[in-house]
Amino acid sequence: MAAHQLRPETWVDLYADYLFNYAVARVSDVEIAKDLVQETFFAGLKSAKNYKGTAAERTWLIAILKRKVIDYYRKINSKKGKAEVRLSYSSGSDSEGDWLEEQVADPYSLLENDAFENQELGLAIQDCISKLPKKQSLVFTMKTIQGISTEDICKELNINPSNLWVMVHRARTALMGCLNENWFKI
Amino acid sequence: MISCEEAAIICNKTQYREASFIEKLKLRFHLLVCKICPVYVKKNAQLTVLCQKAHLKSLSEKDKRRMKEKLNNKF
Repeated sequence: MAAHQLRPETWVDLYADYLFNYAVARVSDVEIAKDLVQETFFAGLKSAKNYKGTAAERTWLIAILKRKVIDYYRKINSKKGKAEVRLSYSSGSDSEGDWLEEQVADPYSLLENDAFENQELGLAIQDCISKLPKKQSLVFTMKTIQGISTEDICKELNINPSNLWVMVHRARTALMGCLNENWFKI
Repeated sequence: MISCEEAAIICNKTQYREASFIEKLKLRFHLLVCKICPVYVKKNAQLTVLCQKAHLKSLSEKDKRRMKEKLNNKF
């Protein structure tokens, strides 16, 4: 028997936010990221019979999403004109127009490293959130990520504020335990 | 004097800037005499910073419901 099994009915609840963060970090557009996640689920469903159960469900879905992101960039790149790369590029005379040479990442820039680290951090947090009980993860997400007011959350979930704070407390305590110690500097 | 449990709840409220002045005062006093809570408070504040740094995004419940519906249609 396979070590892992697919349960598509749980996908949206368990992995949608994780995949969404992964996608947003790569395409930097919320709507496109949303579409890519949806397409990933469709593709997953379609090729479910090819799933051998060697990788965990989420790893398998991420692999599909990666292909979707690549396909997306292929598609928009084929629409653009082909870029021109010169072998001998001198910034003086050729500096008119958009040259790829000017867009190459600066290897000494700390900013890019930061963005990469933050993305890794985001996925680590999302992973921990998905391990919380459903109600706690919902309250924490609404409060922390979506920034919805206490009053509105209470109304929507039909709970009272002290319930809400207890759930936030439990969620945050669990997250502190779940997140790798490396992220904390004490 | 408030308990550690209450102190933790107030500490969580401060992460969202929703603790009242009185609550903050109570927390301050508690932190003066408690040896355990200051660690929690420090770590909790760092969790807030981490969450901000990560630029977390999430799909709204409405989006998720729509996704589920579309997915269910394909079953």
